[in-house]
Amino acid sequence: MILIIVSMVLGVVMIAVSLVALHTRKLQAAILAAGVLSLMTSILFLLLAAPDVALTEAAIGSALTTAIFFYVLNKIKNTHV
Amino acid sequence: MNFFSVQGISLTIGFILILIGLWGILTQRNLIRIIIGFTIFNNGVNLIIVALAYMKGRTAPIIDQVVTRTDAVDKVADPIPQALVLTAIVIGVGVTAVMLSYTLRMYRAKHSLEINVFTESKW
Amino acid sequence: MYKKLFVLLLLVVLGWSFFTLLQTHQERQSLNPLSKHYVEKGPDEVGAPNLVTAIVVTYRGFDTLGEVTILFVSAAIVGLFLKTENHRLKYKIRSTSEILHTAQRLLFPVMILFGIYIFMNGHLTPGGGFQGGAVIATAMILALLTNPESPISHRAFNLLESVSGFSYIIIGVLGVLLAGGFLDNHILPLGKFGNLFSAGAIPLIYSFVGLKVGSELSSIILNLNDVQKDDK
Repeated sequence: MILIIVSMVLGVVMIAVSLVALHTRKLQAAILAAGVLSLMTSILFLLLAAPDVALTEAAIGSALTTAIFFYVLNKIKNTHV
Repeated sequence: MNFFSVQGISLTIGFILILIGLWGILTQRNLIRIIIGFTIFNNGVNLIIVALAYMKGRTAPIIDQVVTRTDAVDKVADPIPQALVLTAIVIGVGVTAVMLSYTLRMYRAKHSLEINVFTESKW
Repeated sequence: MYKKLFVLLLLVVLGWSFFTLLQTHQERQSLNPLSKHYVEKGPDEVGAPNLVTAIVVTYRGFDTLGEVTILFVSAAIVGLFLKTENHRLKYKIRSTSEILHTAQRLLFPVMILFGIYIFMNGHLTPGGGFQGGAVIATAMILALLTNPESPISHRAFNLLESVSGFSYIIIGVLGVLLAGGFLDNHILPLGKFGNLFSAGAIPLIYSFVGLKVGSELSSIILNLNDVQKDDK
């Protein structure tokens, strides 16, 4: 029973965060929201009895993708210097 | 289909994330937001595949003292879709890195991130 | 305006077809026959407690070979597009704070050790080559954030990546010559179930995959860091 409640709460938060990621004005907030969505997906993978997949998603989707996005954003903002 | 199980809720969330990601790819004008939409789409697809491997009351596919070799067939979730999703996540990050390096070169050519500026391949 | 309406109509049609798919879906009660074979006969034939590792490395070894190839191609494309000559910095970067320097000196060796632990124990606990490689690349991000002009060379990572990929192929060909087929893990003895040096050649294969993935992702990060210094 408690698994169902936790997964419902996670689901509502994930949909809200993904809508925020596509609608804010600032690009930094959108990239951070995509990282948070990846982290919540990793928690949901753990509730679905898949620890290997949860570890992979947390290490790759949440840490590496956000870092690559921020490197590219920094280069775009500094091109005219 | 029982919508009040963990598998039902995860499948619904996965399909809604696919729809949100597709909407982001088709209507946003900033190039970085299109790539973020692609990332959301990828998350939704992986969630659907892993949710199809879950059965009620079962645990992770690792054999130790609790799940012994003889009764593993009744206690363990399906391991094949999990192996597929492991590959798919790593390929997703490779494709995102290639798309972002394309974005850098496109910005260097025209100094703008809007997609309406790049009209060379329109008919 | 018409474009948004058209997109909304497309999404509504897609959502309705997903809903009909969901309504007729039944949850399974027992494993399907292929999974049953992998779960029953897996520990005897392969010798690894982690069943997902056994599938990824031995039963579906060709898919892992394809994935390693795709990662190699994407790292090569990023290196091709972000190629720069080594300009000097035109503007001064603000030096990073004391907290970051101290934390980096403490955390960097621990993170590399943790990544190596994850891919060496991939057949016993959840983990494996791809996860360990991602942790090593994250350690490299930490080192590059504290010291952006650090003299980590590209050649070391390219050499490590080529040697690891080549060794992976050599082990696969050894499997054809000495045991059942390509990437068979019976070239080394299976050992006792649950030890570190058990399951034949799986620790060796996964270590090479982990080193290759770690050095590839680190070289992507190094290229992205070097392009910040370019002045165009």
